Amino acid sequence: MTETLPLQQLWVYLAATPLTGLTMTLVAYSGAVWLGQRFGSPAWLNPVLLSIVALVMFLQITDLSYSDYFAGGQFIHFLLGPATVALAIPLYQQRAHLRELWRAITFGVGIGVMFGAASAMLLAWLAGSDWSMMMTLAPKSVTAPIAMGISEQIGGVPSLTAVLVVLTGVVGALIGPWLLRWMGCRDERIQGLAIGVAAHGIGTARAFQLSPLMGAFSGLAMALSGIATAWLLPWVTYWAPVSS
Amino acid sequence: MTWLYGLTGLLVFQLLGEMAVRLLHLPVPGPVVGMLLLLGWLFWRGDTPPALDQAAKGLLNHLSLLFVPAGVGAMIYLDALMANVWAVVLSLTLGTVLTLMVTAWVSQKTQRRSTMRQPERSDG
Repeated sequence: MTETLPLQQLWVYLAATPLTGLTMTLVAYSGAVWLGQRFGSPAWLNPVLLSIVALVMFLQITDLSYSDYFAGGQFIHFLLGPATVALAIPLYQQRAHLRELWRAITFGVGIGVMFGAASAMLLAWLAGSDWSMMMTLAPKSVTAPIAMGISEQIGGVPSLTAVLVVLTGVVGALIGPWLLRWMGCRDERIQGLAIGVAAHGIGTARAFQLSPLMGAFSGLAMALSGIATAWLLPWVTYWAPVSS
Repeated sequence: MTWLYGLTGLLVFQLLGEMAVRLLHLPVPGPVVGMLLLLGWLFWRGDTPPALDQAAKGLLNHLSLLFVPAGVGAMIYLDALMANVWAVVLSLTLGTVLTLMVTAWVSQKTQRRSTMRQPERSDG
């Protein structure tokens, strides 16, 4: 039994250092991307979903808490902020597309954003959730840092919103391209717009795998819907139930 | 080295965005204001500096990686998710399907109308 002691000491050290969470996140993601590419990047081998499942299993097996994990994971999580700022660059570079398709973009993104938030709140309300859960779900289609900011402002739970944002992105990336082809939408630019509005960055990553044009429009729609939701959604708090 | 200048630039704009939100009490998250400030600056400049372009590509090419740590948080919210399981399942599946369809449908309708009004626009 004394043999295992150095190993246990090593684990105690590893569990306490952010290095473990950071490295495991990158290992899980790289492995998921590699696996996806080996099988021709099918939708169901979504790298985000795979990495999350692998990491949750790793934490369960090693009995590491989420806060210990996040001590390392936060370095990657932090980059969501500068990544949001970075969306200005594809947006600027696609200004020609913006001019050309401004009608489809304005109405598609504008109505899509309102519909996305309204449908989430309505479905949550129909399912019997309380106001706080409705507000947590409302910004689910928007990229994580924006959604978390909105959730906080309108009285949701920001970190739960982040989880729902990721799950929404995975669902959108899985079904989006297939659903849009099924409904007869062949224009890759419009497919990209719909995926960006409904499934933000995770959908955009999937769109880029399918076609650069679809990815560019998805990125454009993600940036615009982020801005639109951040401006529009705080107004719903005016209808908040007085009791809450 | 250029990506380092680029990343610095992105962080400076994020910081400016956070400052603007705090000082002006804007109802928008800081990074969004940072994005708008950067966009305005790019339009004013008239081109994208290569350093910023490189840093942005580096971040956006692996955007889905950045969602992983937040997604792992599902394990601590399992109770909250299970307590609202129908709300979560319905809004994540039905809500996403409807959002995709409505956005695509509205975009197609409005685009068709505008291409009819001004024909012969090059196709992307």
